[in-house]
Amino acid sequence: MKSSSHLRNRQQRIGFSLLTIMSFLTIIPIAGVVIYILVLGAPAINWEFIAGFPRGGMREGGIWPAIVGTLYLTLGTAVFAVPLGIGAAIYLSEYAPDNKTTQLIRIAIINLAGIPSVVFGLFGLGLFVLFLQFGTSILAGSLTLSIMTLPVIISTTEEALKSVPQAFRTVSISLGATKWQTIRRIILPQALPGILTGVILGLERAAGETAPILFTVAAFFLPRLPSSPLDATMALPYHLFVISTQVPGMPIKIQYGTALVLLVFVLSMNIIATTIRSRARARRQW
Amino acid sequence: MNKISIQNFSLQYSDGTESLRNISLDIPANQITVIFGPAGGGKSSLLRVFNRLNDLADVIQQEGKVYLDKEDILSPKTDVIALRRKVGMVFARPVVLPFSIRENLTYGLEVAGEKNSDRIKHSVEKSLKQAALWEEVKDRLDDPAIALSGGQQQRLCLARVLALEPEVILLDEPTSGLDPISTGKVEESLQDLKQDYTIILVPHSVQQAARTADLAAFLLQGDLVEVASGDTMFTNPQDKRTQDYIQGRFG
Repeated sequence: MKSSSHLRNRQQRIGFSLLTIMSFLTIIPIAGVVIYILVLGAPAINWEFIAGFPRGGMREGGIWPAIVGTLYLTLGTAVFAVPLGIGAAIYLSEYAPDNKTTQLIRIAIINLAGIPSVVFGLFGLGLFVLFLQFGTSILAGSLTLSIMTLPVIISTTEEALKSVPQAFRTVSISLGATKWQTIRRIILPQALPGILTGVILGLERAAGETAPILFTVAAFFLPRLPSSPLDATMALPYHLFVISTQVPGMPIKIQYGTALVLLVFVLSMNIIATTIRSRARARRQW
Repeated sequence: MNKISIQNFSLQYSDGTESLRNISLDIPANQITVIFGPAGGGKSSLLRVFNRLNDLADVIQQEGKVYLDKEDILSPKTDVIALRRKVGMVFARPVVLPFSIRENLTYGLEVAGEKNSDRIKHSVEKSLKQAALWEEVKDRLDDPAIALSGGQQQRLCLARVLALEPEVILLDEPTSGLDPISTGKVEESLQDLKQDYTIILVPHSVQQAARTADLAAFLLQGDLVEVASGDTMFTNPQDKRTQDYIQGRFG
């Protein structure tokens, strides 16, 4: 008896140790990427690099147009994807009957999430740039990124809505509220932090994508800021691609400096999303 | 005088869990009608007929008539929202909305479109007094309702219903999660409230049924076995099954 329990204890200790090691191993690549980019990119960071325009065949100067372009694209994506995504999620979670059509919509959304981003890029080129004649423009790029972001926003919003206790709905209806009043006054406010988190995570993905903007909006070199939604623009991910592969004699620190700016941009959105979520969890009354 | 009249009413859910068979029952105004019986007998289902809350569930079959003051409440033409304002409901588990105490009370009025702030203010105080909660919360009406104890939350749920000034109050095992003192307070409130309201109660025990019933209806597996005044039902039941249940031989 005694020896078998001793054996079990040892097995348990070995199991725990292995799992601990594995979870620490996952940190290594993440930390590795961040530290590597930080070390190589930090020397490039100064005021001129952030707020200046590229000069000397992009080998000198700054990346301001690319930063602004990525900001515009993220905002543009939000304008289209957020209302559409949240609306669709409310419909799916609160109104849609449980039937074949609804299932079909759900399957479509899941599959939309699985489509490679370069395919979205080609689709955007065909539909928005050429057929609808938006040209290579912020409008076409934002729309393309919106389609790619929709599944993330829809599914996280739906999750957030579903996590609001069913009892609130029943009570509200029993007090004579309509379904819409229930959604507007109780369900949406309670789900809001979860929705915001999903929206930010979706937009974060849009901000970092290269392939969808490749054919729809991104300019190789455009040393001025876009002045209308129908202008093309530089953008951080594409700029990084260009200076890493298309420009001979590009100083390493400019490449990694650009990567660092993009990383900080995306990570800070991530941190905002996480903060919203954890604050809301602490405050939540259910 | 009868407030509600149920005539040959049958109900079946799509998952076949609980159903009601050919129920006929008259519910008198200004009395406490108790619907009791073992779990799964259809008590909650019957209660949810009166405010059409079954509309939210998957009902596959519904027959018969239910009248509230001569109004056929099952008719598709019935204004369900208006009906639910007339027929309020308190649930087994106290579910306070994620608002302040005050907002829990004003929610029903606000969704009903009540804008008169004096009337809303007055109704907050009145309903809390009716539910015997006023003294305990009058100084912290803007605190989150979730901070109240279980018993206080349940009385808040009762007050929330009273704030709408309904005609009928449905209570689905309202004291099942409460300690004996809180239970006593709720039962006391009900005795006061029946002056002004028609009360239909699903009790959480036979003892509570016996304590509170003016009229008692015994519901067993979807059948209405026996209806009698509270005094008769718990001292001299007619049906063998009622006797067995009351004396604790099953259920």
